[in-house]
Parts: sequence; C-alpha cells; structure tokens
Amino acid sequence: MTRDELGVDPDELYGRLKAYEGRTAASGGTGRDPVNEPMIRHWCEAMGDTNPAYPGIAPPTMLQAWTMGGLAGHPGGSARSEAYDELLALLDDAGCASVVATDCEQEYLRPLRPGDQVTFDAVIESVSPRKTTKLGTGYFVTTRMNVRAGDGEDGDGGELVGTHRFRILKYAPARPKTKAKPEPKPASETNREPEPTADRPRRPRPVINRDNAGFWEGVARHQLLIQRCLDCGAPRFPWLPGCGGCGSQRWEAVEASGAGTVFSYVVMHHPPFPAFDPPYAVGLIELAEGVRMVSGITGVPYDKVRIGMPVELEFLRVDEELELPVFRGAEA
Amino acid sequence: MTVRTGDELPPLRIPITRTLIVAGALASRDYQDVHHDAEAAREKGSPDIFMNILTTNGLVGRYITDHFGPRARLRKVAIRLGAPNYPGDEMVLTGEVTSVAEGTAEVAVIGRNGIGHHVTGKVTVRLPSDVRATADVRATADVPAAADIPTTDIPATADAR
Repeated sequence: MTRDELGVDPDELYGRLKAYEGRTAASGGTGRDPVNEPMIRHWCEAMGDTNPAYPGIAPPTMLQAWTMGGLAGHPGGSARSEAYDELLALLDDAGCASVVATDCEQEYLRPLRPGDQVTFDAVIESVSPRKTTKLGTGYFVTTRMNVRAGDGEDGDGGELVGTHRFRILKYAPARPKTKAKPEPKPASETNREPEPTADRPRRPRPVINRDNAGFWEGVARHQLLIQRCLDCGAPRFPWLPGCGGCGSQRWEAVEASGAGTVFSYVVMHHPPFPAFDPPYAVGLIELAEGVRMVSGITGVPYDKVRIGMPVELEFLRVDEELELPVFRGAEA
Repeated sequence: MTVRTGDELPPLRIPITRTLIVAGALASRDYQDVHHDAEAAREKGSPDIFMNILTTNGLVGRYITDHFGPRARLRKVAIRLGAPNYPGDEMVLTGEVTSVAEGTAEVAVIGRNGIGHHVTGKVTVRLPSDVRATADVRATADVPAAADIPTTDIPATADAR
C-alpha cells in the first residue's frame, strides 16, 4: 500500500468514494421562495441584463438560484442527503477540505414564471479518480439535479422544468495557506510574478562563473550585456570564452539596446515547477543586435504571445536577491 | 436577422468590479465568503474575492439573449470555469455559431480575462420564428438578400412563450 502526500492510500480512498456514485445527493428540496419578480429584478440588475422578457419569465440561468438555501439555509433543514454529507466528510478527512465549482451544465425545458414553486432532488453522478490541478490535488464530484415546478400545492413534485449538472473539485490546496497577504495580485497585470513568501519556493539561482560573471554584473546595473568578437566583430550570446565564428578569445561587452522580437516561444502548462505559476510563455527573443536569448515574456497573456511580436527589455525583481532580464510584449 | 454557422457574435466587455462580484453572488443567493470577503478569500489561499459560477452562467446567458433578442429562448447552457474573475480585471465574451438546425443555434462561448480563459462553454438557443437560420455559410454570405437586413424592433406578433 502506498501512502501519498495526502496521507492516504489513493486507491483505497477512490474505491470508497466511487461507492457513492448513483446515491442520492439531495431529496425533497423546496425552493426557499417561489419564483418572484423582486429576485428576478435583483438578478437582472446584477447581470446588467435588460431583456424585456424578464421578469415575466425568470432568466433560465437563475435555475440554481431558486434552489439555494441562502444565508440562513432552508427552514426545514438542508435537502442534502446523508450520503452526500458522508462523501464530503470523507474528502475533508483526506485533506481535501477546499472546494471550487468547475462546471455547470443546465438544460431548460420550460421557462419559470413568478408564482412557480420549485422542488428539487439530486443524485451523485460520478466521482473522478484523484487529479492534480493547478489549485491542488483532489477529486471532481459531479451531481445532477432535477428541478420541478408546480403551483406549490400538489404533492407530486410538479413538472420537470430543468436539469442542472454541477461539478466541484474538492481539493487540498497546492500551496500552504498563508496569512493575509498585504497586496492582492492584480489580475489585470499579466505574467506577474507571484510574491515569494516563506512558504513559497524561490526560483532556482543562476550559476555564475568566470565566463558569465560580466553578464550578471550587467544585470545588477540594469544593463543587458552581450559579447562582441574583437577580431571578426560577430556578436554572441550566451557568454562564452571564444568566438564561435573565428575562434578568437578577444572580446568586448556591448550593451544591447533592449529592443527585440519573439523569434519563437513555448507555453508551459505542465509539469508545474515549484516557483512558477503555469501556464506561462517562455520566449526565444531575437535582439536587435542579432543574437537570441531565452527569457520570460511579460505584459501579454500567455496565449497572446506571437512570433514576430516586438518586445522591449525590462528587469523583473523575482525576490529580494534575484533580478532577471525579461521582455515586455506589445499586444497587437 | 439571419443566423449562419460560423457567425461571430460581437464581443461583450464586462469590467469585473467588486460590485458585480458581490451583487452577482447575492442575487444568486451564494453567500460563500470567498465571493464577498477579501480577507476571508486570502486566508483560503485566493488573492482576492472572485466571481461565483452562477454569475458567470448568468452573464453567458445574457450575452446570448442580448444578441439574439428577447424572444430567443435559452435551451442549454454548459460552462467550464478556468482563470478566476478577480476585481479590477475585464472579461471579454466572444461567441461563434457552431451549428444551426431547426430554428435552434449552438454557440461556442469564450470569456477571456487578463489571466486566461475564465469560461468556455456551449449554449443552445431556440431562435425567434422570424429569424432565418441556415447551416451553410457560403449559400448566403455573398448575397445581400432582404433577410440579411436586421430587424430593428420586436415585431408585434405574440411572444411565443
């Protein structure tokens, strides 16, 4: 039996989780309020939805909202089944205490109108094998809910008005939780460098030796230095003792202008490295001086990087002791 | 209005404000603290509050009905979430008609934000009866037929609810 980082035997746990497939997730649920105009109006205001069909009918995408317990919960107690509670508790105990919704698939059979009283029940449709995602390691749990509506008086549960398949990831976060960070990372800034913390591994250090020390001294002064052969004049990068063209060992350091273009690039999705936050783009940058260097690309979402894109040198402070030359792209 | 396979919907830009995130969470009766309490969100490992899936679902639905009009009816909305919508970002929804059959269109929707793809999804929508639907792009694309002139207001016919 192999125990993993979650401290449990994944196969044994998966077997126990899988046994919940097909069992009831919720039964006999009743909407907290009948479908009503004020809630529809609040929804439309929040979404900026000015469709004149509302509130005569409810926006179909409100389907799940009618089943929610809200802040106080359903007055008669949750419709959630013991089986579903047990499944979630098993995952909590295995360290997968965090939850995030990943998928929502809804089908609408007829519109809901003010006055409709919603009832619902749900089944545990599937539990995935253990998955490692960007957020962490855990299990996807899929439930499928049937939503019915009637006039609120009949006992037969009413007419099926919609189905709602919902998938959550129950997971153990990849990074240890830290106390409130002073600054949230601005989402509008792309390829930003996550703040290194005591819990977060730092990027690998560069290997500095006699042959390349001059390059790193330049970086410290915010200069990107390349070499130029004093005999044949050929520029070269990365730093080497001799010229690849004529073999001469005589050279000088020249400051690059910082202008370049993306000659090629890759987008790193997998595997994740401890100090990096995939997906991110790594470029092969052709400098205006004619040499190429591998470097990070900033300022452009990873999926907007293109061959031929002009880029401009900047220096990225990675942590308190490391600064790196990177290239900021200009989006087309 | 004519709907053809391959049609691209005009993009809808949605600024992701704290107000939108909180209003959407409460309108969907989702009181999970990560959708309204930045401090609590950070303690759970998120850099800030983020949009809940119900709001994303609502925005995708709105994007489709804004385009096809108030008499279009959503039949299916299936979405998958990726990069979270944090305050200060902007989401740009784009859509492409992937198939048209029997008065019903399927639209592939993508919502991009500053980090990546927030949402990818597929929406099935029943088109109003006066909308001409054709699966063949080439048959009509070059012909400026009268049917290509968009209807600018809602016809007086009864709403086919």
